[in-house]
Amino acid sequence: MAWGPVLDEIRLPITAHGDIVNARQEGRRVAAEMGFSSTDVALIITSISELARNIVQYARQGELVLVINHSNPHPGLVVIARDNGPGIPDIRKAMQDGYSTSGGLGLGLPGVRRLMDEFDIASEVGKGTTVTIKKYLPEIRR
Amino acid sequence: MRSPALDGTGHDIESQSPPARPRDAYTAALLNELLAHLREQGPQLREEWARRIIEANLLTAMTREEIYAEVVSVYDQYVEALESGAFRALQAYAQNLSERIIPRGVETHEVVGIVLLLRDVLARALFTKYHGDIKKLTEILDAYEPAANRIASTVSVGFVQERERTIREQQEAIRELSTPVLQVRERLLILPIIGLIDPQRARQLMEQLLRAIRNNRARVVVIDITGVPAMDSTVANHLVQTVEASRLLGATVIVTGLSPDIAQTLVNIGVDLAKMDTVGDLQGGIEEASRLLGYRIVPITAEAQQAR
Amino acid sequence: MEVPILKQGPYLIASVQSTLSDDDFIRLRQALVEQVGKFRSRGVIVDVTPLDVMDSFATRTLRDIAFMIRLRGAQTVIVGLQPEVAFAMVQLGLSLQGVATALDLEEGLVYLDDKFKKAEEQPQDGMGPSVR
Repeated sequence: MAWGPVLDEIRLPITAHGDIVNARQEGRRVAAEMGFSSTDVALIITSISELARNIVQYARQGELVLVINHSNPHPGLVVIARDNGPGIPDIRKAMQDGYSTSGGLGLGLPGVRRLMDEFDIASEVGKGTTVTIKKYLPEIRR
Repeated sequence: MRSPALDGTGHDIESQSPPARPRDAYTAALLNELLAHLREQGPQLREEWARRIIEANLLTAMTREEIYAEVVSVYDQYVEALESGAFRALQAYAQNLSERIIPRGVETHEVVGIVLLLRDVLARALFTKYHGDIKKLTEILDAYEPAANRIASTVSVGFVQERERTIREQQEAIRELSTPVLQVRERLLILPIIGLIDPQRARQLMEQLLRAIRNNRARVVVIDITGVPAMDSTVANHLVQTVEASRLLGATVIVTGLSPDIAQTLVNIGVDLAKMDTVGDLQGGIEEASRLLGYRIVPITAEAQQAR
Repeated sequence: MEVPILKQGPYLIASVQSTLSDDDFIRLRQALVEQVGKFRSRGVIVDVTPLDVMDSFATRTLRDIAFMIRLRGAQTVIVGLQPEVAFAMVQLGLSLQGVATALDLEEGLVYLDDKFKKAEEQPQDGMGPSVR
């Protein structure tokens, strides 16, 4: 039997544009509570915004799960964006930096990868997509 | 619209916290008996616990009255958690408690100590009550121990997490204070960078510079990299991003001291050097910055002559 | 939620709120274009100080606003981007290229005033060098 809460999670359904704002606010609340710096909070909620938007635009509905990971040696926040949408046919292409100077294009995934410490994506055409991103809390210098 | 956060006995994502065993009717009945006893004996047990805390020289940063007050709340939360099997409220309480006592200088070993003492006090109370019936005692302990351990862990871990959060906040604040950004003139900032920078330091410098631009309302920034022998592409990227981000805050960046080596690195990562505002050395950079800000540089002798 | 737009002399000032939704953004774009036309404004300042996120959609929309305003002969300045937000934007690869930015409302007004002062100092008939 587990001796203590190592993980804690919050599920956020994403079905409409209004849920994007809600997801950002929840993300901000959780990240700030965890002790992330204001800059890291901005990176996290920007990523959340992009992923939530992808769900609304391409899959119509899905969910965002915020997992608060307190375990050592690397405590941090995990965000899982999953949907049962059309899936991404060519992941490699989606992960290519297609940015021209006219700003973000496509799914914004390469950008999100730059913002976070870890990035993982699994997608199957006709089944859906799951994007998992992680941001670690800074190490404490003793 | 969001679903309520799950309680501590529930979900597991990465197989790190397996779900608690569901309580059968018998265990539930035992627990009820235990809880009734703990509630009934509440006042005495809290007394005993407080006494042992003081005896063990724990919570020395707090007065007797404060200790008693906390003892009452923690005891109630403890019994609550035992009863509901849900640890969310306890977690929240632990965080709240930690937020209050950390500034008072309470240490981790003290929190772990007092929680273990409570566990002992309650276990002894059970021994006292059920010593005549070893079988019953064993069963009650079977029901009690897992939950008690979980509680001890929840409170201790909650305290440590809150403490680490506070430390991170402090370290962040120190980093912010130690910014190497200098205000040379109104609206003009200089960021001299010396030595080899790793990507993490590059990020930090970018953050510090952007904050300084906002706080000082700077319109021009001179980033001097005369003292930087080399840069890898990641750090070079950060430099470019710094220039872009500064522009978003309304500030122009002049890069000075660009060595041929670093110039090449920038070109390699696709930077159009013609678009970047660069000047040979820091002095020249400051002059250029002053011009941009509308200052005129006049040699002193000319001024002195005019004064006559 | 509607974004308030104030008229200050020849300029329009729009102050967004932190809970700006996608629809609010689109409505803001429409409102600004309309009002620039109605008041013959020369400049628009969009103050995004409370925004804690500038994602690809927000960036795209601000660029659209600047573009459409320019078609109506006016200049747009985005002000109030916070350091953390600017940091996240450039990491994401969004740089608002081609759109003027300033630190805050005050700087934004200075920028617009400067720009129009410069324009007025240029001889309109295009003959002879500009005096500067």
